[in-house]
Amino acid sequence: MRRILLLLVLLLAAPAHAYDASGALPDAAQEEKARALFRELRCMVCQNQSIDDSDAPLAKDLRALVRERVAAGDSEETIKTFLVERYGDFVLLKPRFSAANLLLWGAPVLAFAVGGAIVVSSLRRRKKLADGRPLTDDEKRRLDTLLGD
Amino acid sequence: MEGRYEVIAEAGHYALVLALALALIQSTVPLWGARRGDAVLMGVADGTAFGQFIFVALAFAALTFAYVTSDFSLLNVVENSHSAKPMIYKVSGVWGNHEGSMLLWVLILVLFGGAVALFGSNLPARLRANVLAVQGWVSTAFLLYLLAASNPFTRVDPAPLEGRDLNPLLQDIGLAIHPPMLYLGYVGFSIAFAFAIAALIEGRIDAAWARWVRPWTLAAWLFLTLGIAMGSYWAYYELGWGGFWFWDPVENASLMPWIAGTALLHSAVVMEKRAALKVWTVLLAILAFSLSLLGTFLVRSGVLTSVHSFAVDPTRGLFILIILAVFVGGSLALFGLRSGTLRQGGLFAPVSREGALVLNNLLLTTATATVFVGTLYPLALEAVTGGKISVGAPYFNATFGPLALALLIAVPFGPLLSWKRGNLFWAAQRLWIAAGFALIAWAVTLYIEGFTSILAPFCVALSAFVIIGAFAEIVERARLLRVPPGEGLKRLTGLPRSTWGAAFAHCGLGIMLLGVTAATSWNVERIDMMRPGESFEVAGMDLVLLETGMRDGPNYQDFVARFAVREGGVEKAVTESSKRVFAVREMTTTEAGLVTFGVSQLYVSLGEISNEEGVAVRAEWKPLVLLIWIGPLLMSLGGALSLADRRLRVGAPRPARPRLQPAE
Repeated sequence: MRRILLLLVLLLAAPAHAYDASGALPDAAQEEKARALFRELRCMVCQNQSIDDSDAPLAKDLRALVRERVAAGDSEETIKTFLVERYGDFVLLKPRFSAANLLLWGAPVLAFAVGGAIVVSSLRRRKKLADGRPLTDDEKRRLDTLLGD
Repeated sequence: MEGRYEVIAEAGHYALVLALALALIQSTVPLWGARRGDAVLMGVADGTAFGQFIFVALAFAALTFAYVTSDFSLLNVVENSHSAKPMIYKVSGVWGNHEGSMLLWVLILVLFGGAVALFGSNLPARLRANVLAVQGWVSTAFLLYLLAASNPFTRVDPAPLEGRDLNPLLQDIGLAIHPPMLYLGYVGFSIAFAFAIAALIEGRIDAAWARWVRPWTLAAWLFLTLGIAMGSYWAYYELGWGGFWFWDPVENASLMPWIAGTALLHSAVVMEKRAALKVWTVLLAILAFSLSLLGTFLVRSGVLTSVHSFAVDPTRGLFILIILAVFVGGSLALFGLRSGTLRQGGLFAPVSREGALVLNNLLLTTATATVFVGTLYPLALEAVTGGKISVGAPYFNATFGPLALALLIAVPFGPLLSWKRGNLFWAAQRLWIAAGFALIAWAVTLYIEGFTSILAPFCVALSAFVIIGAFAEIVERARLLRVPPGEGLKRLTGLPRSTWGAAFAHCGLGIMLLGVTAATSWNVERIDMMRPGESFEVAGMDLVLLETGMRDGPNYQDFVARFAVREGGVEKAVTESSKRVFAVREMTTTEAGLVTFGVSQLYVSLGEISNEEGVAVRAEWKPLVLLIWIGPLLMSLGGALSLADRRLRVGAPRPARPRLQPAE
């Protein structure tokens, strides 16, 4: 009896990874494409998992949906657009380039540019300090007299 | 639970209050003393630092006692323990929850404070007093937080007979190691922070400062490296789908201080050797600890996993947010006000060791900024526009990846450039062996791969370049290729340990890259339904399901599947994979079966179980996967070697012992 109960628990507690062994598309290239898409789509009821990693019922449904679309010959972009219309931008693990995401995608470039500018300017400033200012006429004269005699 | 022991939890609670009182004294009196130049007032800091450590240690011991004896009159024990839980998890369960882990955080904080008081006898009195005072501010804040919003000693009346057990995912040896390591790293940066603030208060900073800060930073970095690597391996075998890094916000929270800390280590070298980059080093010290605080906030407030956690317990999140704002804002403001008083020194040409370390810092800081923005952008966007987006692994691979690769290309060059003015061409000449190996590695990989991908062969070549190039400085300094072998060997042993440390740490980076590349590019996966007696082929091996069955554990039950791994009919190994059911929490965890071949692994985990079709089995061949963690181990070893360098033990000079002459 206990064994049966245990099995029941095992079945009910959704295991945390994707095993639809039977669902794979027969065409290897298409399956590859679908898997690549799985990794870019979020399982929205999970904690930061792609639908490739999750075995929540929703992830399972999404995988079936994506495979169906891929089999129907839809492009990656069409499938993503379709899913975004249905679930919102939240479904994409890699946010799109858009005005709202400008800062997100621009951040690395911006950080590097600002950092680089600071480095270059401080190197220049220091070089100038090292080169020093030219001697004034008075100083030149004094130097001459010192060296002259 | 017998009544007479219950007082122990009360004593622990009281000890925390006493520690807070000492922390308040430490926050103020030494500072005042340093201002007035009063040695007695400054000396107070030592006593309070030791005292704080003793009291917090007592509190920690009291909580541990409550866990070990299953004292269910404490709410914290009720919520996170169970009398049937194995002893090791009763002990490690002390920090497997919010309150306990904050107590561990504070314990490590005061441990470091005590260590400064103990080992800091060679520090100038004023600097030491200021450093300990700043430490006092941090511990005051966190002790207040513990007592006011996260008290582990809260009672529950009437006490229930049984507890709710620890989250099954945490019932693993990983919990005993991972959080303490991580906290030793996180909190260790508080020392660098305290030194930075003390320097700003005094308006004085010199090469000796960097020499004192470096060992503490190095120690913190070493532990953080081990902690992150350990966490990664834990996730790999416990979460059941064989990933090693998920770019999860909680992981990013630990990665940010690590990158900033790495930058700090390198800039402190420049400061120590060349008295340059002073202002920048101070800023990095502030940033590294600020990011540790941010990490603590992100993980502990629950703001990341769900924005609603604030609503569940608004005080906690708000409290840490205030601590964060005060410390980060305050220290940055102080930096803005006082950094002008620090004199810059040490000139250098762009192509020089200093220049290379500046490039290192630029790339690492950009990487930190990238992780920072990627982690917090969804939160910020939702707060501003209400839009919900996800920033996941594909984003970080596309942004962090190129930065990391660019940095790795530069790594072997850095140590070969001389201080002040280096010669890139000369350095490149010293790297021809490494470049040769890289070229061969590139060609071989390209050939095996069948010219299908560009990235993987490039990464393999880069790993070879970094791994071998890491030792170019040693070869050069020992003149290995130019002097007779015996002489070269003598020179090798005479090199400073920090040189060896840098070589190992850089080599570790290359090894990790190789592991990551191989495990992600050449991962072979097979998923199938299986019944006992059936088998399938994966990566040239046969995986046979021998039998399945149930087995009882102390506080769980296993559904176990035994597998044999055969190659050409010969049995190579037997492994077990299981689904573990924890009745108390009604949770299932996956215990993967791991078969190790050299540094590669076969990863076997179980999926659905059905009476008709058998059990779903996922087998993955992960080539060179162990290198992912061997790399960081090597990095830590490098850190430890560097820490053992005698140059870092300033102020502890040992008189040169006269060499004894053998008796005639």
